[in-house]
Amino acid sequence: MSLMKHFLGAAATLALGTGVALADPAIIFDLGGKFDKSFNEAAFNGAQQWAQETGGSYKEIEMQSEAQREQALRRLAETGSNPVVMTGFAFGSVLAEVAGDYPETDFVIVDAVVEQPNVTSIVFKEHEGSYLVGYMAAQASQNNTVGFIGGMDIPLIRRFACGYAQGAKAANPDTTVIANMTGTTPAAWNDPVKGAELTKAQISQGADVVYAAAGGTGVGVLQAAADEGKLSVGVDSNQNGLHPGSVLTSMMKRVDVAVYEAFSADELAGGVQVLGLSNDGVGYAMDENNAELVSEEMQAAVEGVKAEIIAGNIEVHDYMSDESCPALSF
Amino acid sequence: MDFLTVLQILDSTLRLSTPLLLACLAGLFSERAGIFDIGLEGKMLAAAFFSAATAAATGSVWVGLLAGIGASLALSGLHGVASITFRGNQLISGVAINFLAAGLTVLIGQSWFGLGGRTPSLIGGGRFEPITLPFAEALSGVPIIGPLYAELISGHTIPVYVALLCVPLTWYILFRTRFGLRLRAVGENPAAVDTAGVSVVGLRFAAVAICGVLCGIAGAYLATGLQAGFVKDMSAGRGFIALAALIFAKWRPWYALYATLLFGFLQAISLRPDVIKSLVGFNVQIQLLDALPYILTVVILAGFVGKAVPPRAGGAPYVKER
Repeated sequence: MSLMKHFLGAAATLALGTGVALADPAIIFDLGGKFDKSFNEAAFNGAQQWAQETGGSYKEIEMQSEAQREQALRRLAETGSNPVVMTGFAFGSVLAEVAGDYPETDFVIVDAVVEQPNVTSIVFKEHEGSYLVGYMAAQASQNNTVGFIGGMDIPLIRRFACGYAQGAKAANPDTTVIANMTGTTPAAWNDPVKGAELTKAQISQGADVVYAAAGGTGVGVLQAAADEGKLSVGVDSNQNGLHPGSVLTSMMKRVDVAVYEAFSADELAGGVQVLGLSNDGVGYAMDENNAELVSEEMQAAVEGVKAEIIAGNIEVHDYMSDESCPALSF
Repeated sequence: MDFLTVLQILDSTLRLSTPLLLACLAGLFSERAGIFDIGLEGKMLAAAFFSAATAAATGSVWVGLLAGIGASLALSGLHGVASITFRGNQLISGVAINFLAAGLTVLIGQSWFGLGGRTPSLIGGGRFEPITLPFAEALSGVPIIGPLYAELISGHTIPVYVALLCVPLTWYILFRTRFGLRLRAVGENPAAVDTAGVSVVGLRFAAVAICGVLCGIAGAYLATGLQAGFVKDMSAGRGFIALAALIFAKWRPWYALYATLLFGFLQAISLRPDVIKSLVGFNVQIQLLDALPYILTVVILAGFVGKAVPPRAGGAPYVKER
């Protein structure tokens, strides 16, 4: 009998132990996939960094279609993953419905705000980072014309465009900003052929620096700019190395840091975290691939602007605050 | 709007029309022989992936082109076996091919390159480079004609010229050769062809194979001509626009050229909202231009402008005896 008790006790301990071990974090990548060289890949890098440093493991799901969002969220929550991190604005409405059903699970959403007690929302001040790269683009432009190519036409991407245009006009008020969006459906994130044609069209209008905020479509933008001997600006991850000597800089959005910290945190605070220039949530990328493109003066000037923004002396208008842009009309 | 802007838009039109034209002619061969093919999209996608992957591995765009054609031919063969030999539903087989290509390309790409279904960027000999036609330099000083020749006609990659040459070639094969007559007959009245002692199955397989080759060139052009590598789902619905163009062209080769040039032009002009605004005086929604190919096709199908009559035996498997 006492032997039986021991066995039962051991089994119970084991069950509890596995219960704790099961609480691995999980991450859901949005359409575009975790190797998009951009937004999702940054999230993936953050998760990988966590796995390497802690030796832990995490679950991941890549979205293949719009319809899978709720299913994926519920599946991860029900199998005991904690926290569940998801990248992409499109999860906003789904998470608002699902989060209440799993009060024990912590959810983290990047790029959208969901007001639920167990949801931590992480948003970036992309307009601030875009302002800096717009400033650099206008300085590097010979024709006083810079281009912007967005992916899907959504307010978030317009926020990139608006910050970029403001930065370009601040560096040189005579700068013309040409802005195009690739499309209005999620397919616009994966059409490099159209991205390349848009780039060529902008170059024929005089643009000599083109900023792509377009996921997989951006691969085509950077390629076309390199083929035509013009400059481009990458986005989200550091894309300087894709075409060394042709990518002026990249607007870094530290999704990797956000994911890493969400995975590492013992307890998530909930609420909204805003990552901007002041806490290195966004920035511009410098490395050996673009060292020759960015002169000392350019870098000094842009560092000055960065300090001004952090100090609050320059106010960068956020498109999403009032759905309008002073520097650019859509 | 100046002359150079017009040239740039027409230049872009030609580049964007080429994959549509090749896919449209591919569909033309297949459907004229009575095999409906909505798998054009999938074949293009598979060809784009295998041409880019092979070109990345070998460094030769020509080997890549062959691999692309091979992949497209394999899918064509699958479609042929399913819909000709086993008399399956041609539409279902086509849908299956689209799904198969969308999934397989990413899966194989991930296992070969580990880049999430992308292929490495192609450099140097791995891509089709623009070629300069003779006298382009010498003529560029001549007003109007010079720039027209140097900018618009010269300076494209080889598949563009191949696609344009395919139009008269298709017309000749279909309307001036014995093979073409039989191929058309097999799409209208296969029983009559069979009575004359010609193999219906053989002709239909030949048509499906030609369709595979043309789709292969179209896909390879996307990945190694227009782009420098494969990105998942990069065909982005062009196979379906080509199908719309085929209906719009009423299954005729020269009309196919005009239809795809028109659709390509609509895509090219939608990239220049500033030009549209200066032409018509107000902002036109880009989405309207993107939808226009489909709207035009529906108008044609509804019989408002002429009438599009598909090949009579299209979609029906041939059964010799019941």
